[in-house]
Formats: sequence, structure tokens, C-alpha cells
Amino acid sequence: MLDYVIGKYNFWIYVVLMMIGLYAMMGKKNLVKKLIGMNIFQSAIILFYISTGVKKGGATVPILMGHAQGHGHQAIDVAGYLNPLPHVLMLTAIVVSIATTGVALAILILIYRRYNTLEEDEILKIRKDTGV
Amino acid sequence: MIWQLDLIFCIFVIICAIAAITIKDLLAAVIILGAYSFFMCLLWTEMGAVDVAFTEASVGAGVGTVLFIAAVSKTKRRSKD
Repeated sequence: MLDYVIGKYNFWIYVVLMMIGLYAMMGKKNLVKKLIGMNIFQSAIILFYISTGVKKGGATVPILMGHAQGHGHQAIDVAGYLNPLPHVLMLTAIVVSIATTGVALAILILIYRRYNTLEEDEILKIRKDTGV
Repeated sequence: MIWQLDLIFCIFVIICAIAAITIKDLLAAVIILGAYSFFMCLLWTEMGAVDVAFTEASVGAGVGTVLFIAAVSKTKRRSKD
């Protein structure tokens, strides 16, 4: 049992990273800090997915090599290559995460122009006082 | 995949994440987030996902940090927590 827990140590590290991100999103008052937490959360999930594509036993980057010439159709040894499916999926996730970050920062600048602060509690107080 | 290297990078990533959310200076926090992204990129290179790694290095660490710095320079640099 202990062997199993230590053998999967990277999964524990991803869980810790995800919880750091979740704490920053919920516990921190500053809006930029919340956004940093969201970034950490997203990359922890991406890291988890990438790690599912890893194989033990000398598997390499999924680029076809050592293919014999002139023998027509040949079977490729799949065990020699990493699984490229999670890589491709997470490539899209990275681009989406940077797009959401850009939109969030634009909204953040608008909030700062309107309330002149980025602290959540101050914004809520101003909204309560002015009744907007 | 070399597990010692993997463990070292994972620890660095966690240190960077904790530092990024605890530092009160927002510009420093953003730069540390860039360092976090680069360590993440090294981790992915080491896992064999080179395409994801260079996308993260250019888009995540490069463009993301630039966007964050632009936003922080347009707003306030100090944070209360």
C-alpha cells in the first residue's frame, strides 16, 4: 500500500498544486491573485493529463523513426512511443487558458477604472454604500 | 522519464506556486508565475511532451506574462494579501 502511494507520488503533487490554485481563487481577496490561482489550477490539470501519456520502459517522443524502406505496409511498435492523444488535447487547453486570462485581465482593468481598487472586499463595500 | 529530475521539477513548481500567491507585490508575483510556467515547461519536456512544452514556453510564459504585466501596470501594484 505504502509502495503504491509512493510510486504514484506525482499524482499527489498534482493534487497539492490544484489545491493551491483553488485556495488562491477562494481565499485571496485581490482579483489578480485570484487570476494567478486560476492559472495554477489550469496548469495543474494540464500536467495531470500530460502525465497520463507517459510510458515506462524507454518509450520516446512520438515521432516515427526506424521505419524500414520499401516493405510496404508495416506494423509500428506502439509500445516504443508515448501516447500523443493527451498532448494534442492539452495543446488546445493551453491556448484556451491564455485566451481566458486575456479576457479576465481586460475585465479587471475595467473594474479598476470603475471602482479604483482591485480588492474584493473594498469593491463590495463601495457597491453596498452607493447602492449600485 | 528520470524520476529524480521529475521530483526536483515538481518541488520547484510547488515552491513557485506558493510564492506566487503569497507575495504582496503583484509585479513580483507575476514574474514568479512566469518562472512557474517555465518550470512546468521543463517538466513537460522531461515527460516527452515537447510540443506542449514549447507552446507553454511561448504562449503561457511569454504572452501570459506580458499580458499580466500590462494589466498590473495599468492598475495597482500593491495587494493587501
